[in-house]
Amino acid sequence: MSFRPLDRAGIAARIARDIPEGWFVNLGIGIPTGVSDHVPLDREVIFHSENGVIGAGPAPAPDQVNPYLVNAGTQHITLRTGGAFVHHADSFAIARGGHLDLCVLGAFEVSETGDLANWARAPDEPVKQVGGAMDLAIGAKRLWVAMEHITKGSGGSRLRRVCSYPLTAKGVVKRVYTDLAVLDVTPEGFRVIDMVPGMTPALLQEKTEAKLHWA
Amino acid sequence: MIDKFVADVPAALAGIADGAVVLLPGFGNGTPETLVEGLIAQGATDLTLVANSGGRDTGPTADLLATGRVRKLICSYVRPDSVAGRLFAAGKMELEIVPQGTLAERLRAAGAGIQAFYTPTGADTLLAEGRETRIINGRNCLLEYPLAGDVALIDAWEADRWGNLTHRESARNFNPVMAMAAKLTVVQTRHVLPLGGIPPQNVHTPGVFVHRVVHVPGQETTP
Repeated sequence: MSFRPLDRAGIAARIARDIPEGWFVNLGIGIPTGVSDHVPLDREVIFHSENGVIGAGPAPAPDQVNPYLVNAGTQHITLRTGGAFVHHADSFAIARGGHLDLCVLGAFEVSETGDLANWARAPDEPVKQVGGAMDLAIGAKRLWVAMEHITKGSGGSRLRRVCSYPLTAKGVVKRVYTDLAVLDVTPEGFRVIDMVPGMTPALLQEKTEAKLHWA
Repeated sequence: MIDKFVADVPAALAGIADGAVVLLPGFGNGTPETLVEGLIAQGATDLTLVANSGGRDTGPTADLLATGRVRKLICSYVRPDSVAGRLFAAGKMELEIVPQGTLAERLRAAGAGIQAFYTPTGADTLLAEGRETRIINGRNCLLEYPLAGDVALIDAWEADRWGNLTHRESARNFNPVMAMAAKLTVVQTRHVLPLGGIPPQNVHTPGVFVHRVVHVPGQETTP
């Protein structure tokens, strides 16, 4: 039996299923940005954008763009009714102060102890792209990661015993959503809680450097 | 009578010295573009620039960096393909990467008289190498110091003559915290209101943090 990996929108939709009404949520750049598109409007989830937007809504119609309103990826957005704006220090007080029920970030690698690597591919990489990731990673009540299971090109597993890339934060990731599976980070390591149809435990382990555990 | 309005951009930027630390807000919008153009024309050099990101290939931050007058950039994020990325790669500019929340908090600390603080942000990363860390309440934390500016260039939507300001939507971003963190805070405002024209409960940045205001009508923030 063959399996079909989720595309990026599919990963985002899978994450959205697990976000209950009432959560206050920050979505990082990349796959996570798409998560809000899959949360139905009648399920009240409040999205925070690091640049000081509380209640971030979907993209506006082309003739309704407000140049003063963007998200963390500097894309034009709308504001949900009930939303608010704060300055940057307050916005990161929300992130660092434990006020986010959930933050979803992209990553290069996650380790079986929940280490996150998502800002540089090598210690001496000439260009540095930290942004708000280190603040979001240490501050949210829950950190979930959305990423592809396998690195394009090299084919290496992004779920590692130990991260090979520079860390963003240590021991912070609670759950990982990939194009192949959903895995919780537990004291014993990665525990698989869901797989795409057609995937088998043996095949998933073959595609994963870290040892997998099963519920 | 207190009146912080000045006649034009050169008057607003008068006295910015070589070697100054310049705070420049903005996150997709909220950057005072006319003041940046004015600073380029004013000619101060050997600057340290504090901004959220190193900008792109065009735009106010890129234009300022392209003059070669910025010795050091302090920011959270540099795009590989940008003026900042190439200047750093070529060894023509120093770079200090600061996590975005730590950047905002260091600015706030400077404005608030906080002499240092510990945060878990970055404590277990390369950014902590050679720096003081401490376990507090079971978490590894990194010691951070305030980040003060000699001058802050601020973008406002409305201002009155006391220097009370409003900012549009997400264009608020770093403007309030940078305004409080500099010895000289210079504002460009799209609109001028009479004293009392901004409802008191709607003031985003109070005039106590503002020294000079220049009216730049019709100036859109970066789209």
